[in-house]
Amino acid sequence: MSDSLAEPTAFTRAQIGWTPWLPPLTEAELTPRHLEALIDAARAKNPYFRLLARDPAALQHRTLADKDIFYNPEGGAPRADRELAATAVSRANGCIYCASVHARFAATYAKREADVDRLLEEGTGADLGERWNAIVAASVALTATPIAFGPAHVQRLRAAGLDELGIADVIQSAAFFNWANRLMLALGGATVPA
Amino acid sequence: MTDTIDRLAGIAPGSALEKIRAGRPAARDHAEASHRALLSPDAPGDVSLAERFAVARFVAGLHGAPEAVALYAAGLAQHGGAALAEAVAQAAAATAATGPRGAFPPGPLSAEDSPAPGFALPPAVAALLGAKLATAFAYAHFLVFHPRDAAPERFAPLQAAGWTPDGLVTLSQLVAFLAFQIRVAAGLRVLATTP
Repeated sequence: MSDSLAEPTAFTRAQIGWTPWLPPLTEAELTPRHLEALIDAARAKNPYFRLLARDPAALQHRTLADKDIFYNPEGGAPRADRELAATAVSRANGCIYCASVHARFAATYAKREADVDRLLEEGTGADLGERWNAIVAASVALTATPIAFGPAHVQRLRAAGLDELGIADVIQSAAFFNWANRLMLALGGATVPA
Repeated sequence: MTDTIDRLAGIAPGSALEKIRAGRPAARDHAEASHRALLSPDAPGDVSLAERFAVARFVAGLHGAPEAVALYAAGLAQHGGAALAEAVAQAAAATAATGPRGAFPPGPLSAEDSPAPGFALPPAVAALLGAKLATAFAYAHFLVFHPRDAAPERFAPLQAAGWTPDGLVTLSQLVAFLAFQIRVAAGLRVLATTP
């Protein structure tokens, strides 16, 4: 790691960096199969995705599942709620990098910067109003091992106004970040300018 | 058509939950394609099918997820044999813990630190697994229960046991994917059965 970079010591909505701990493929090493797996051509510049390209099929299907879980606009939970679930899971697992990215999305889509900052600063027990409290509680319960998600979480989400597809969206978003956090944490470190 | 998450969650054809999953068709298809890529790849490369199912059975056991344990135990018995399957079952039982735990970078978050669970395989189990799987299980145990304790030094014992960079990416994807698959199934099972 470069001398000019340090590890962030707090959760933040600011842009932070990420440095791989295993060697990514170089751009010159990327074959058409790797480029197909990256989905977005711009990701060839990104060391995280060039590292994951070592298993192209796993990367490709991870990325396409991710996009549908978060971006599919057909009903269900609004994007802000899905990004909130991603942020809450990242806060619980301790992925400062993932939390920074999805806290920015949650704050932008919901226009609730102060609430997102409270989640980052105080943790998953922060009071964000009942709808968001229900989503955070469900996400945290699903993140526990053994899994602690139960009927009371579903009933609370319904009472907060989420329909069945919306609850499934929260479940899939929270579950997906238990995948994403582990890749991001295990394969490299978050960085900020020293 | 029923897929792996349907089977793990107990979602029946024609049920309300099947229709809800159909509302996110790409998520459904690519979760299943991820399962195939990691558990039954066209070319296993640096990680054998026996190793993949051994890790999957171990991770399912650490999650206390009975449907996933049954699924991956059957695959392990097929690809790795009964003696390996028994050793993996003993490894999971001997190292059960709770998460997420671990230490944050030293600073204001240190007040939230919680000690990492221990990891010690019974010597006879470690001997039967061999160094490649034993180091993979230590890594999977960390990644399941205390992923914020990640560090570049964690790869050294795996590399010494023969894990390549490609193999380490596949191993990381497998453990992380299972953390997703088991949670989607658990969550949808609760959703389907809560009146």
